[in-house]
Amino acid sequence: MAKLKLHVNGVDHAIEADPDMPLLWALRDLLGLTGTKFGCGEALCGACTVHLDGMAVRSCQTPVSAAAKQKITTIEGLSAHGDHPLQKAWCDLGVPQCGYCQPGQIMSAAALLSAKPKPTDTEIDTALGGNICRCGCYQRIREAVHVAAGQSPKGGAR
Amino acid sequence: MTTAPALPELALSRRVFVVALGGAVGGLVLGLRIAPAGAEGQPDSPFAPIHFVKVGKDGVVTIVCSRSEMGQGIRSSLPFVLADELGADFARISIVQGDADARYGDQNTDGSHSVRDFYETMRVAGATARSMLVSAAAARWGVPAERLIVHDHAVHDPATGKKAGFGELAEAAAALPVPDPKSVKLRPDAELVKSKGRLPLVDGPAFVTGKAHYGADTQLPGMLTAVVLRPPVVGGRVKSVDDSKALAVSGVRKVVRLPDWTAPAKFQPLGGVAVVADHTWAAIQGRKALVVEWENGPNASYDSDSYRQSLRAAVNAPGTVIRQVGDVDAALAGAAKVVSAEYHLAHLVHTPMEPPAAVAKVGAKSCEVWAPTQDPQTAQKELATALGLDPSQVTVHVTFLGGGFGRKSKPDFILEAALLSRAVGAPVRVQWTREDDIRHGYYHATGAYRIDAGLDAQQKLVAWRQRVAAPSIGSTFDLKSDRLSGWELQTLNDLPLTAPAVRLESCQAPAHVRIGWMRSVYDINHCFAAQSFIGELAAATGRDPKAVLLDVLGPARTLTAQEVGMKELMNAPKGYTPDVGRLRHVIERVAELSDWDAARRAGKAVGIAGYRGFLTYVAAVVAVSYDAKKQVRIDDVWLVADPGQVANADRVRSQLEGAVVFGLSLALYGKITAKNGAIEQANFDSYPLLRIFEAPRTHIELVASQAPHAGAGEPGVPPVAPALGNAIFALTGRRLREMPFATAMNARA
Repeated sequence: MAKLKLHVNGVDHAIEADPDMPLLWALRDLLGLTGTKFGCGEALCGACTVHLDGMAVRSCQTPVSAAAKQKITTIEGLSAHGDHPLQKAWCDLGVPQCGYCQPGQIMSAAALLSAKPKPTDTEIDTALGGNICRCGCYQRIREAVHVAAGQSPKGGAR
Repeated sequence: MTTAPALPELALSRRVFVVALGGAVGGLVLGLRIAPAGAEGQPDSPFAPIHFVKVGKDGVVTIVCSRSEMGQGIRSSLPFVLADELGADFARISIVQGDADARYGDQNTDGSHSVRDFYETMRVAGATARSMLVSAAAARWGVPAERLIVHDHAVHDPATGKKAGFGELAEAAAALPVPDPKSVKLRPDAELVKSKGRLPLVDGPAFVTGKAHYGADTQLPGMLTAVVLRPPVVGGRVKSVDDSKALAVSGVRKVVRLPDWTAPAKFQPLGGVAVVADHTWAAIQGRKALVVEWENGPNASYDSDSYRQSLRAAVNAPGTVIRQVGDVDAALAGAAKVVSAEYHLAHLVHTPMEPPAAVAKVGAKSCEVWAPTQDPQTAQKELATALGLDPSQVTVHVTFLGGGFGRKSKPDFILEAALLSRAVGAPVRVQWTREDDIRHGYYHATGAYRIDAGLDAQQKLVAWRQRVAAPSIGSTFDLKSDRLSGWELQTLNDLPLTAPAVRLESCQAPAHVRIGWMRSVYDINHCFAAQSFIGELAAATGRDPKAVLLDVLGPARTLTAQEVGMKELMNAPKGYTPDVGRLRHVIERVAELSDWDAARRAGKAVGIAGYRGFLTYVAAVVAVSYDAKKQVRIDDVWLVADPGQVANADRVRSQLEGAVVFGLSLALYGKITAKNGAIEQANFDSYPLLRIFEAPRTHIELVASQAPHAGAGEPGVPPVAPALGNAIFALTGRRLREMPFATAMNARA
C-alpha cells in the first residue's frame, strides 16, 4: 500500500492504494468517479479512456502510481457544464445508444481534436480505433467529431 | 396521414384502464390498471393501478418508463408518445424509471415489442390527461371544451386568447372524473412533434457527461465488491478450495462458496467461489490467488470441432417435420436440377460493453437490488425464491443497461449479488470481468443446415427441403429439449417459398452450454442459411440474385397456414399477417437505393438479402471491394426497413445503423468455441468486434407506413451477414458457407 496524491479534474485527492491498482479502479472505487467505465481490463476496448496531461490513455492498464504525478482528466472534468463541442455534437446528432462506451469515445476524440483540430475520416478512425461500441454508433461518432471540429458531418468545410 | 389511427380495441378497452390516483399529491396523477393476459374485460377487476403520469402543480410532467433502456432509446420513445399526445413542452418532462412491479404489465424488455405493446396505451394516457386539463380550463373560463386546444404545456382558448399552464390546472383537473377511454380523442398524427421533426434523445446529456447510472455505478455505505471464480465447465462443481493466499491479499474480506449448480440451468448462478473485498482490484487480485480443484461434470467433453461434425450428421438425416407442403422427396427426385448446400455457424456471445454487474442489499426480510436488467419482474421473482422471501419484499431498481442484447434478461448475476450480500451481511456489488462475460455466458446457438432445392427445366423452383440442427434455448429450462421447436424456428416458420413442395425439418442437437437468446436470436442462423442459399440458386442458374430472390418469395400476397404447410402461422398476431408484398417492396427499394442494377453492370460486387422478422420487413445490400492489399473491404451497406408506424424514427434508424455493425461483427468474427467443455475465448482479442475503421458507410431508409408498429431493435441484424456473404461471392467467386468469414474471405486459392 502506498500513500498517493491524485490530481483529478483540478482537485487534489489523497488516497492509499496498492501502487499497481489500475487508475480505473482508483477513480471508480476510491474516488467515486463512476463516469469512467470498465469494459475489458486489457486496454482492448477504450471504455476506460481518460486524459493524463491531455493524452488519451486506458486507465484499466495505467497503474495508479504512474498517474500520480500527472494531471488526470475524466469525462466528469472534460467541461464544466457538459458543453464541450464534442458533448454538444454527440447530443445534437443523437450519437449514443446505450451510452456506456461514450465517455471513452469522447475522451479519445477530445485528445484527437487537441492534436488535430480538423481531422479527416482516416484520422478519426485511427484515433478512435481502440474504442469499441457494441451498439454500433460508429457512423454517427465520426459525423459528430466532424461537427465538433466545425466541419460538415461528412468532413470538410460546412 | 391526417387522421388518427383507429384505436385497436384489444390494446386498451379490454386490458388497460386509465384511473385517477392520488388526492393530496399536488397535481393530476393518472395510473394505469393493466389486467394480466387472460383477465381482460373486467374494469372492476382487483388489479391495483400504478402511477404512470403526473402533472405537478409546478407544471413538471413526470412520466414513468416501465421498460428497460439498453440503447434502443425506449426512454426517448414511449414517454414522449404520451408527452406528445398531451401537448407537453419536452423540456419540462421528467422521466422516472419504473422498478419491478407486476402492475406495469409486461416489463420483459426483449423481442422488440415495447412500442408495439405500449404505444396505444401511452397515447390514450396522454390524451386522457389532456382531456382532463381541457375540462378544468373550460370550467374555469365557462367556455365549451371543444374549442380549446393544447400545445406548449398549456391549454389555449383561440377565441379569447386566454391560456392556462398545465401546473395551474393540475389540481382542478385532478378533481374531475376520468373520462371513458372510448370518449377520449387522439390527436391527428400530423399534429404530433414526432411527425414534424426529431424527438429529443432525453438521456443524451447524462450519457456524454458520465452521469448516466449503470449497473456497477451504485455505491452504498459499507458496500463490498465481489468477483466470482466460476466452474470452467457448465455444471461443474468445486472439489476443493484453498483460499489462504486469497485471504492474504490486502483488501480481501471473505471468500464465499456459492451453492452448487443443478441442471437445468434456468437462471441460477453457476456456482463457484466468490472473493469479497473492499474494492474491485482487491477482489480481482484475490481471485487470482484462489486455488480451486473442479469436478467438471457431464459437459466436460464438449468440443466444438466434434460437435460440428455431429450437427453435420444430424442435418444429413431426416428430422422432426415442422412444415410440409406436397411431397418434397418426389419433387427433388423429379427435378431437372438439384442444388444442395450445407451451412454452419459457431456459438456467439452478447458482450455488451457493460459486463454484468449488480448491487444487492439483503436484510432479514428484505432485498433491494440495483441492476441493469432487461427483465426486472423475473429478477424479482428469482430473488424471492433464492432468498426465501415474498416478491413484495424484493425491490428491483432498474439502472441504465450498458447494452443488453438478451444477456441481461437472465438474472443469474443479480442472484449472485444477493446471495453474497446475505452471506457477508453487507451490501455487495458483483462485478463480472470481460473474461467472465465471454466464458460464462448464455450462448447464442451454434447451428448447421442442409438445404436441397429442385429446379425444373425452366429453372423454376419446384422443391425446397431445409433441415436445421441447433441446440435449443428450451434446453436451458428443460433437459428433454434436444432440438429447435415452435417459436425457435422464427422466420423459417413462414419463409415465403413459391415451390409446390416444401419441407422444413428440425434435427437433433443436444446442448452442452447454457443456450440463451441474443439479439435477433435464431434468425441470425436461419437468415444466413436461407438467404445465402438463394444466392447459390442465382449462381447455379446464372441469374440476377435480386430477381431470383423475388422469384423464390413469389408474388405479393398474404400468407396462410395452409400455404406454408403448418397448422397455424407462428409469427402472425392480429393485424400482422405475413405480407409478401411488403417484403418484395423493401427488396425492390433497397435495390433502387443502392443502384443495384447499375452496380452490377459496372462489375461492382454487391450482395442482397431480404427477410421478415419481429414482424418487420428488412432488406440489405452490401457492397465490397478489394483494398490496396487485396483484402476484402466492406464499402457500403444499404438497409431498407418497413416496421410499420414508428414512435421515434431517429431511434429506429439508430437501431438499424447499429444492427449493421452488429451483423458485420458476427459475420466477420463471431466465433465462440468449447474445448474440454470450457470456452476458449476470453476477451476482445480472441472475440473481436467491428471497430470504427472497419465500419462501412451505412444508408438507412424507413418505408413510410400506416401498418401497426412492429419490431425495431432486432430485425436489422439477420440480413446483414448473408448479404455480405453474397457480396463476397460476387467479388471473389468463393461461396462462404460457414460463419465467421474473416479468415476465409481473404484466403488465397
